[in-house]
Amino acid sequence: MTSYIVRRLLYAVPILIGVNAITFALFFVVNPPERMARRILGEKNVTPAQVQAWLADRGYDVPLFVNPNAKGAGRLVETVFFRKSLTLLWLDFGTSDRNNVSIGGQIRERMWPSLTITVPMMILSLLLYMSGALLVAWARGTYLDTGAVIVCVVAMSVSALFYIVGGQWIVSRVLHLAPISGYDTGLHALKFLWLPVLIGIVRGAGGDIRFYRTVFLEEMGKDYVRTARAKGASEARVLFRHVLRNALIPVLTGVVTEIPFLFMGSLLLETFFAIPGLGSFLIDAIQAQDFAIVRAEVYLGSVLYVLGLILTDVSYTIADPRVRLS
Amino acid sequence: MIAPVWQNLAVLAAVAGASWLLRIASTREDWRSAWRQLTSNRIAMASLAVIALYVTVGLLDCVAWRDRALDAGGKPLSDPAGRPILETRPLSVLDRLCTPLRTRTEKTYSAPLSAVQFTREAVVRADGSRGRDYPRLAWPRRHLLGTDRVGNDVFFMALKGTRTALLIGGLATLIVLPLAIVFGLSAGYYGKRIDDAIQYTYTTLSSIPDVLLIAAFILIFGRGLPQLCIILGITSWTGLCRLLRGEALKLRELDYVTAARALGSSDLTILARHLLPNVMHIVLISFVLRFSDLVLTEAILSYLGIGVDPATGSWGHMINAARQELTRDPAVWWNLAAAFTFMLGLVLPVNLFGDALRDALDPRLKTR
Repeated sequence: MTSYIVRRLLYAVPILIGVNAITFALFFVVNPPERMARRILGEKNVTPAQVQAWLADRGYDVPLFVNPNAKGAGRLVETVFFRKSLTLLWLDFGTSDRNNVSIGGQIRERMWPSLTITVPMMILSLLLYMSGALLVAWARGTYLDTGAVIVCVVAMSVSALFYIVGGQWIVSRVLHLAPISGYDTGLHALKFLWLPVLIGIVRGAGGDIRFYRTVFLEEMGKDYVRTARAKGASEARVLFRHVLRNALIPVLTGVVTEIPFLFMGSLLLETFFAIPGLGSFLIDAIQAQDFAIVRAEVYLGSVLYVLGLILTDVSYTIADPRVRLS
Repeated sequence: MIAPVWQNLAVLAAVAGASWLLRIASTREDWRSAWRQLTSNRIAMASLAVIALYVTVGLLDCVAWRDRALDAGGKPLSDPAGRPILETRPLSVLDRLCTPLRTRTEKTYSAPLSAVQFTREAVVRADGSRGRDYPRLAWPRRHLLGTDRVGNDVFFMALKGTRTALLIGGLATLIVLPLAIVFGLSAGYYGKRIDDAIQYTYTTLSSIPDVLLIAAFILIFGRGLPQLCIILGITSWTGLCRLLRGEALKLRELDYVTAARALGSSDLTILARHLLPNVMHIVLISFVLRFSDLVLTEAILSYLGIGVDPATGSWGHMINAARQELTRDPAVWWNLAAAFTFMLGLVLPVNLFGDALRDALDPRLKTR
């Protein structure tokens, strides 16, 4: 097991280097630092001296790949590639372009609000969707089943924006059950958080319940289920002991793709409800044209995704002893 | 903005290409039997009709040309050299068909089919007294879905959003298909180094969460429809590529491929004549199922400020505007309702049709 995890982590290295190369190409080759400086300082009324001063201040005043003016290892170290891109590999995010604050510090601070809405959202939605799907799968072929599938297809055809805009309007403005937006520390955060979490759960329900239903139905058609029924197991036992466990693998795969968004928060929910998490951090950075923050978030998101993939494979062995990691 | 002539040619080329593909498909028995199964499915056929309606509106809005500019007296203007002066903004066929909707603007908000404006203004009443009242609209009870903040007809704006939604889905697919087909099939067919390289490329690309890559790309290249299509294409091809690679891996072991190789067919011939036609159903299914995602994504991205530029009409912008409008008292709900109806009206049929198509073309993937 340990050697498997170590090997998977080693496989992740070339992928992260590739991601690093993509972000470098996008942020520095396509859009050279000078152009970036001009966009941040304002296109007009900016002197070359100001641009140079800004570049020097942020550490962009070196060549992209090779620095002919430095000595020894400095030829490679004193470059934009090393200072700004390679450092991301060991999660050193540097400082933001706009107001020179530490991005790492901001991320550590802002991941908590993100986590406080995404973790409850993920756990609750998984429980609710699975029980919903089990119920629908149990009632297969009845009007309940048909009705549920129709509702699911309609629900997944509605844009996430409507759930958020509509939910906020009905709950906060018409019924006055929750504050319109904002965030607070500690337990006070609860009154701000329950509505975004609820909306997040409702938003994903259609697509996921339908998907889980398909997974359960496929399992229920298999021979071992017939055997279980034949030996007299109750329907509840068949569903919970047999079908549920065997259906876990596709369910786990679906869950893992959500892991980066545990930290990233839900971009939409955070910007809409003014929750100071990583998602709204990204959107604010785009609006302020802060390239360093966007670069850091792109990289962080990829790291989390790759870690999530490894976690899935490990969780497969827990869910299904037949899966051998080799 | 693309020059109208090129834009019109591109539309023509797309329609010609689609009908050519349909012609080829109609000669093949497996596609014909899938089509027969689809025609017996009432939901699928109804969905297809709705989709066709949207596509018609979108196409009408894509074909555009510029009129001669007119002077105050209504005579066409010419420059000193005698060449005609054209209007700066091209008008599409849809604009021309909907001239009443387009030109009958009000001053500001008005509720659907209302006779009076939504906000009060200082008016002179019939008896000569002055006061604040809801003024009558210039076109009372003519705005089916009301008017927006600057008095444009909401129904017309929603119609204009159709083109953006369809273009995003269509153009992104044009980028996805060649990438996914070429890389997916060659990775599966050739294997070894080529497979490793292609697998590495799509694993790396798909490791970057979509929304982050889109955000970075739009930040660098600016907002706009072409940029958005390109980046949505880049983020969407990896899934299909993986599917096609897996299918090609299976197909290359089959007897007819061995037979083709024994007869001396080149790799390219085998790929194009024997593998490609046998994965086309996967391509089509994933295109239709992906399409509704793209339409939904466009609205979200426009809302987040990383979508199409504000000058391009889009449902995302309408929802974005609705956010402020709902805070008014009484709320201005019709902009949101219009965008909701139009989006659901497109995405739901596409989802339903996609499911029916999957059941007809690939019984292994059956979900019902």
